[in-house]
Amino acid sequence: MEKAITVKELHVSYHGNEAVRDVSFSIEQGSMVGIIGPNGAGKSTLIKALLGLLPKDKGSVRFFGKDPEDMRKKIAYVPQRSNIDWTFPITVMDTVLIGTYPSLGLFKFPRKKEKALALECLRKVGLEDYRDRQIGELSGGQQQRVFLARALVQQPELLLLDEPFVGIDVASEETIVNILKELQQDGKTIVVVHHDLSKAKDYFDQLLLLNKELVKYGDVEAVLNQEVMSKAYANQLRFLQEAEVAL
Amino acid sequence: MMDFLQAVQQYEFLQKALFTSVVVGIICGVIGSFIILRGMSLMGDAISHAVLPGVALSYAFGINFFIGAVATGVLTAVGIGFVSQNSRIKNDTAIGILFTSAFALGIILVTMLKSSTDLYHILFGNVLAVRPSDMWTTVGIGVVVLITVYAFYKELLLTSFDPTIAAAYGLPNKLIHYLLMTLLTLVTVASLQTVGIILVVAMLITPAATAYLLTDRLWVMLCLAGLFGMMSSIVGLYFSFTYNLASGATIVMVATAFFMLAFLFSRKHGIVWKSVRARQKRAQLS
Repeated sequence: MEKAITVKELHVSYHGNEAVRDVSFSIEQGSMVGIIGPNGAGKSTLIKALLGLLPKDKGSVRFFGKDPEDMRKKIAYVPQRSNIDWTFPITVMDTVLIGTYPSLGLFKFPRKKEKALALECLRKVGLEDYRDRQIGELSGGQQQRVFLARALVQQPELLLLDEPFVGIDVASEETIVNILKELQQDGKTIVVVHHDLSKAKDYFDQLLLLNKELVKYGDVEAVLNQEVMSKAYANQLRFLQEAEVAL
Repeated sequence: MMDFLQAVQQYEFLQKALFTSVVVGIICGVIGSFIILRGMSLMGDAISHAVLPGVALSYAFGINFFIGAVATGVLTAVGIGFVSQNSRIKNDTAIGILFTSAFALGIILVTMLKSSTDLYHILFGNVLAVRPSDMWTTVGIGVVVLITVYAFYKELLLTSFDPTIAAAYGLPNKLIHYLLMTLLTLVTVASLQTVGIILVVAMLITPAATAYLLTDRLWVMLCLAGLFGMMSSIVGLYFSFTYNLASGATIVMVATAFFMLAFLFSRKHGIVWKSVRARQKRAQLS
């Protein structure tokens, strides 16, 4: 079977600084992978480069053996929540409907079929009663669930999430994790940038430890070992202690 | 009121003025909505001033002023983007530098060429002097603008609301930005005669801001903004005609009056209802 993601010798710089250096890995279909690493390790940069949102200095990225451009429809992305205008005149329902845009293409508008699908996805994240609210009126956790619903509407084969659990409530985190696990059972591939090591063990099958370079990629236990972690987190002791607690 | 209606029936120049300013009001509201949602109000001001050298040159070379205006308007938009992306100069500063220089160049050209362009009319508009050709140019621009917004509604919505996801979906954010800048230039050119260069920005942002206070749905906002733009034009022209006031200024003052009403009384965002709700809340708790 084709790998969900194949990355070869990827180099990316961000604002002129080298952010990702010579990273190669491949991710099996149907796995749930956490990308971890200290602050400034290039985790978000890596995801953005995979999606083509940042230019690559060198290297190649393939999704399911194909060029990323050809796979856009089947790849959903949930970015960090910061880059959004929360006062924009848009309702929760219309935000979720955005997920139907890639498959609709130019000059077509969401109709009954798309709306039914959007509503179903809103129900999955438990927010159908909020469908007519303006997006900024929701709590952080609810907003994140809306963006997950938008990703679900896309009916993706691969989901990339960037720090989805930052600043959200426990219940929302639980809802999101359960949905991700369900998706995984349906054979979808899920990649999450994550920084809370304490839960990494419960959430992921494999971890990819990044510190500009790829430090280690493998099963959770193999990565969360002291020697490996201290290599990446040499300068961030507190983080290392968290990892020890996690083990 | 009856006098005004009679006059409209009687005088062709007034019919043309009314029709032209209604079209301008609608398209200003629609494009203005995207301008304010993208935080580009200053850009609206910039483009409107930047069309002046183009207008002057067009008159000098005897071509339709619309061509020159679009050329210098879009050129300035590109220049602003280039300066702010390729230096440490921030966007608002780049806008300030480029639009004032384009405007200054325009003033020099107008005086140098001593063209038939009446600077005063370009700056402040003179809707009662609208010629049939101007009216049809405006209608043409209006049709192009409304069709384009309808056709690219999804793309305009997404690139305004969430540019990161837009890029992840493969939408060309920059191209859409320049498409919007081109539409903005077209709308500005169409507005020259009704409200003039100086006040175009008011027609772009005031009705749109009024609509923004009244709804949480983009398409409703576009419709309301067009409606407020249209109403401002009609009511403004009425006052202008009845009391012999400058048409552009009167239209803008009416638009501002609508804005004040929404600012005070919008059910969700108006300050009156907000304070009433806050008071009720306090009363409940005490």
